[in-house]
Amino acid sequence: MKQVASQISTYTADISGLCSALYELGGMTVMHDASGCNSTFNTHDEPRWYDMDSAVYITAMSEMDAVMGDDEKSIKDIVRAAQELKPRFVAIGGTPIPMMIGTDFDAIARVVTKRTGIPAFGFNTNGMHPYTVGVSKAFKMLAENFVIKEPKKREGKSCNIIGLTPIDFSITGYEKSLKVMLENNGYEVISGWAMGTDLDEIGESGAADVNIVVSWSGLPAAKVLKKRFGTPYVVCCPMGEKLCKEFIETLDKASESRECVNLIAENDRDSDIVIIGESVISGSLAKALKDECGINIKIICPVDTERKFGYIKAEDEVELIPLLENAKIVIADPLYRPICPKEAKFFDLPHFAFSGRIWKNSIPDFIKEFDNIKANILEIIN
Amino acid sequence: MLKNLHEKPDKEGVEIKVSEAGFPAIFPSGLEYSSPARGHWNIVNTGLLVPETHLIYICAASCLRGVVLTAAEQGLQDRFSTIAIRENNVLSGDNEEMIVEGVGDVISRLPYKPKAFMVYTSCVQTFIGCDLQHTFKTLRETYPDFHFIDGYMYPIMRKTSMPPIPQTRITMYSLIDEREKNSRRINLIGNNLKTDRTGRFWDILEANGYELKEIQDCENWEDFQEMGSAVLNLVFNPTAVPAAKVLKKKHGQDYIYIPFSHDSEEIAESLNKVLDKLGIAREEWTEEKTMASKALQDAKALIGDTPVVIDYTAVTRPLGLAKVLLNAGFNVKKVYMDTITADEKADFEYLQKNYPDLLLNGTVNPKMRFLHHEKADEKWLAIGQQASYFIGSNNYVDTIENGGMYGYEGVVAMAEWMKDAFTTEKDAKSLIQIKGWGCGSCI
Repeated sequence: MKQVASQISTYTADISGLCSALYELGGMTVMHDASGCNSTFNTHDEPRWYDMDSAVYITAMSEMDAVMGDDEKSIKDIVRAAQELKPRFVAIGGTPIPMMIGTDFDAIARVVTKRTGIPAFGFNTNGMHPYTVGVSKAFKMLAENFVIKEPKKREGKSCNIIGLTPIDFSITGYEKSLKVMLENNGYEVISGWAMGTDLDEIGESGAADVNIVVSWSGLPAAKVLKKRFGTPYVVCCPMGEKLCKEFIETLDKASESRECVNLIAENDRDSDIVIIGESVISGSLAKALKDECGINIKIICPVDTERKFGYIKAEDEVELIPLLENAKIVIADPLYRPICPKEAKFFDLPHFAFSGRIWKNSIPDFIKEFDNIKANILEIIN
Repeated sequence: MLKNLHEKPDKEGVEIKVSEAGFPAIFPSGLEYSSPARGHWNIVNTGLLVPETHLIYICAASCLRGVVLTAAEQGLQDRFSTIAIRENNVLSGDNEEMIVEGVGDVISRLPYKPKAFMVYTSCVQTFIGCDLQHTFKTLRETYPDFHFIDGYMYPIMRKTSMPPIPQTRITMYSLIDEREKNSRRINLIGNNLKTDRTGRFWDILEANGYELKEIQDCENWEDFQEMGSAVLNLVFNPTAVPAAKVLKKKHGQDYIYIPFSHDSEEIAESLNKVLDKLGIAREEWTEEKTMASKALQDAKALIGDTPVVIDYTAVTRPLGLAKVLLNAGFNVKKVYMDTITADEKADFEYLQKNYPDLLLNGTVNPKMRFLHHEKADEKWLAIGQQASYFIGSNNYVDTIENGGMYGYEGVVAMAEWMKDAFTTEKDAKSLIQIKGWGCGSCI
């Protein structure tokens, strides 16, 4: 039966994605939830929780609040906290019970804005979709509402990085490595959505020559910016010498032509080397490995992806197991091991979205550590 | 160190003198924050105490995430499965079929054969009126080789008379079948941590021929089932009282609720209550009272007037501990807690009268997100992980739920832990983020 995970983990949900995407931007994010989503988020989804204070809360809705449909209590609580903490914005997202009682998050957000003067946004997350949904909705909201119409013009080449969250990248420093690489190639990085950047920098994003989409979750926002400013985007999570070189050339070309480019691997459905993971990161890793080692890889995405990428979408154990049947090498989060063929060789690529903090120290900075990944995979192959 | 995004707010509404506090809610309700101190157990940590069981959680992904990784961090992922509820299940009202089919699927795929399945449903099933009676009847009829018990992860009920934590204890102990009674067997039920049974009280029970059993003593299913032969259940933890009532009704096992305490007279009364029940002569506990008093005096001599803070996760009676420590001369400044339990009403009133300036500090108020490490540049002694985090002290007693101690030995242990915490700093940042203190963790 679909939906059953007898032996493997669960991807973190949309509501955590929402909180993660907005974490560093000085807002207040409220999960409309009884309890549980808060501790799950701060324990398993958010490695910044101890070191970086961010206003993320639950409404602590009770059985009676839900039965009576009492939105006013939550609104009052949100308003009081917003007046006390004075966040830059308020984001309110849903979980299963608010979805079931038909909570109107946009209406709640409008009331909060009216009473506080602080911009507020409702998100109809429901805890039943993967984090990619929440992250992408959050970034899309930023693109629509916080990117100013007339940003300061840049003199040289400039870009934004869109799709950065610890759920996909942990806090390995990848975003910093990427920024350094871009700067070394003459690009000013205006903003990095949304790690190591602030809301004002995101507001200036419209000035960029090109946007870089490093995970699928950044794509909807990149499309909004394409529509609003004509900014082209390049889909790639750069890693490996050859791919990075091609990536910089592609950025230059895209800036010039204003055409969008997907710089990720094509799927090889017949390959016995399999990657399971987020589509842009997996596709980029597959391309980097193909470029440098000449290997073709089958890519399986258990979370949202673009149909045109051509990757295999499979989210449940019952779908995944047959796809892995003939695999000789599997590159995936260690919590996928129980469903892989016993004879297959396994390369651990921990993904915060799947195993949380368990292997957080083994999650790579793909730019700095690609050569290690390559060497280890080649060793397994040989 | 990452950057701070907000200014520190004031303390209005998060800190109050005990003399001005209300009962049982100390502060008005509102949005809630959750600190990084994660040592307290959740229902997965607790449920996994039952040997040879397999847990199946049926909820939305947002809820599954926390529970599946709790088991994984504990290294017990192989005893845990999930069934994800999606929108179509809510709309189509097919939860009963989904549960039966899903559980069957788990059974068919598991590489081992547990004795029982603890099947946890969630707020969703509670709200849509899923017929769980029919569902579990079907499961039992379809798979007669296994035991099935209904568990509930429904945080939306946490402000009702039956929140998830006591309900989980009912679930666990309801798995015990009735056995022929053994008049010399006594169970200790409802504790997450194994009770340290050293001390004269336990010796007296043993000398009178009583055999004690606790879930942590049970290595396998059969061993666990032996708990069904006990004639008496001892309960220290208030959240286990409903389970004790269930066992009394189901199997006729009597129970005595003797809440944990640091107060010498109260301890004596509790211990004698058990002796009375068993027909054993009462004791004065003079030696033990002296021992506990001396332990506190020794700790006071070392710790002096160093400010002390306590939190509600370290001990089940934080106000009771504050009372005992204040009476022993310790400089207790505040207690981190959000509500006062019925067991603590007398302690609360005592403190209001005798130590009116003692502060009570909430932990879930949104402002607490920014009011941590309050005294990081001073030496404070914290009792509990939350207290350590909020006050900002590495000199802290790293424990939860009384650390598995009970009675006078619990007082002595606390005094020793305080001395150790005073002299030796811990790596609070690393330790407090580990989930389920004492469970074992791969983090």
